[in-house]
Amino acid sequence: MPPIKRTKFKLSTDELLEMFYWLKLIRAFDERLSLLVRQGKVRSGVYTGIGQEAIIVGTCFGLRKDDYICPLHRDLGAFLMKGVEPRVMMAQMFGKATGLSKGRDSALHSGVPELGIFGNTSMLGANLPVAAGIALTFKMEQKDNVVVAYFGEGASNTGDFHEALNFAGVNKLPVVFICENNLYAYSVPIEKAMAIEDVAVRAEGYGFDGVAINGNDVLAVYQSMKGARRRARAGEGPTLIECKTYRWHGHSEHDKAFYRTPEELAMWKSRDPLVTFTPYLTHMNVLTPEKEQETEARIKDVLDDAVRFAEDSPDPAPEEAVNDLYA
Amino acid sequence: MAKEITYLEAIREALVEEMRRDPKVFVLGEDVGPYGGAFGVTQGIVDEFGEARCLDTPISESAIVGVSIGASLRGYRPVAEMQFADFISCGFDQIVNQAATLRYRYGGRATVPIVIRAPSGGNVGGGLYHSQNPEGWFIHRPGLKVVAPSTPYDAKGLLKAAIRDDNPVVYFEHKYLYRRAKGPVPEGDEIVPIGVAAIRRPGSDATLVTYGAMVQPSLEAADRLAKEGVEVEVIDLRSLLPYDKAALFTSIEKTSRLLIVHEDVKTLGIGSELAAVAVEEWFELLDAPVMRVTYPDTHPPFSQILEQFTLPNVAKITEALQRLAAY
Repeated sequence: MPPIKRTKFKLSTDELLEMFYWLKLIRAFDERLSLLVRQGKVRSGVYTGIGQEAIIVGTCFGLRKDDYICPLHRDLGAFLMKGVEPRVMMAQMFGKATGLSKGRDSALHSGVPELGIFGNTSMLGANLPVAAGIALTFKMEQKDNVVVAYFGEGASNTGDFHEALNFAGVNKLPVVFICENNLYAYSVPIEKAMAIEDVAVRAEGYGFDGVAINGNDVLAVYQSMKGARRRARAGEGPTLIECKTYRWHGHSEHDKAFYRTPEELAMWKSRDPLVTFTPYLTHMNVLTPEKEQETEARIKDVLDDAVRFAEDSPDPAPEEAVNDLYA
Repeated sequence: MAKEITYLEAIREALVEEMRRDPKVFVLGEDVGPYGGAFGVTQGIVDEFGEARCLDTPISESAIVGVSIGASLRGYRPVAEMQFADFISCGFDQIVNQAATLRYRYGGRATVPIVIRAPSGGNVGGGLYHSQNPEGWFIHRPGLKVVAPSTPYDAKGLLKAAIRDDNPVVYFEHKYLYRRAKGPVPEGDEIVPIGVAAIRRPGSDATLVTYGAMVQPSLEAADRLAKEGVEVEVIDLRSLLPYDKAALFTSIEKTSRLLIVHEDVKTLGIGSELAAVAVEEWFELLDAPVMRVTYPDTHPPFSQILEQFTLPNVAKITEALQRLAAY
């Protein structure tokens, strides 16, 4: 694992601490969800992104409110960073009336247009043409907003991926395509699914740049994203950033993930985005033990409050099953 | 003032007038730009509105629909052309899983005002992949609206209604009618509301429900029956989802006999639903079994001999009406 690069860009102490907070919050949120599933309080629809947090933090950090994100089923953190309250996300996972979809879906198949959040369906890759459509309107209006479209390496084998990248490339749309390459599509390892090593090379076929980076290094992700964002805002078209990472849990919480070895998991845990970022912050005198404790206490409060809110929230009225089908 | 124009011209008029009225309306699809569309529907549109609002796309039906959805999330009203309704299967997932469900899973916080124009239907020697009537796939999906005009007047008025509707609308325009159907179309802003049927011919002895290119042969068959002393009421559904249940009820209450005619295949075409509703809710009104004249459960063949064998026509409808009246 290469050491974290010393940054050439300026991030203030507060900004670095904010990144740290988000990494910790997203990790803790997913861990809490995992626990709630085991306790039987959350039924299903939990696809954690534990181990992949640096991708979300590195790409969402510094986004504008009027930029759009198209997150995946594993990207709960992106919803939080874009402005959805943790208690609303928790209520969503509980299937309560106060969740984003009023109990109609526990997973992240929802969205908040006014916050620039467009959630995926379960058909992976299907959010990418929609991301291109959102970006097309920014281009029509000659605005400098960007759209961040997330997908897994598995989804890069779908037709929608290729149609969307081609469309975005030929129309020079302001999209940053973020590949969360966690090496497995459910149980199928990448080497059984594609004959290339890097998803990033697929960008070349559509006329724009692709880059493969260490997706567990939040600063590396941030740096790549910053460049891609700048190019998109300047009308220079899309970029594909492939973030190499690993999901610690199974595909979903009921998946025991027997298809991979304990050694492989242990090796990737040594590359934990938090374990590698924290010493850097300490070394830079950004993070002190007190600050770390303070952050952890704050996160515990946020999550306790979120769970309490979700548990106390009303179930949806049964007739919500047939509401909101039409405007 | 009403002037006589073709069905195809009526569609174009609706597009042009809506694009002039609302800058958020734009068209996209394969060959819709300078070429003017495979059938010429979008001829001249790029000259008046420019390429940004008349966008030629790659052969990517899924992206065409997905991009439309993305644009609609930002307040646009895209009208996407599927070159042939047969090709809509390539964009199927975006329509049924993305567009149809979006408002529902967003807890009612978003609308998807897109129109998908789909040139459908046979009797033009198009063969397997240029003749299909896939409306049955879409009336089976809550969250969508489905319309199928039979006259130039309705082609224009329904397209205007579809563009102004806040829901995804699949608009089936029948290829056979493009240049063969000619009729009066008002210059002004005449809207044909979605969900309202039209009585094309009043009658008291039997109800014939149909739509699209089957309206004309149905009227001719009704004329033949009139010579035999049987007055058939011909109802043009115009909208298939939602369909005008009240109009059906009013007619069946009067006639006690129901024949359904459609060019879609028999099994689970809309006739199945109409027949089920008739016997489920109006059983005591009926004096005869509900009958259907439809395409047989087969693919649209190329040879004229084969195609004429499959298509419903005046003789087949007349024969069914005679049986229905005699029952």
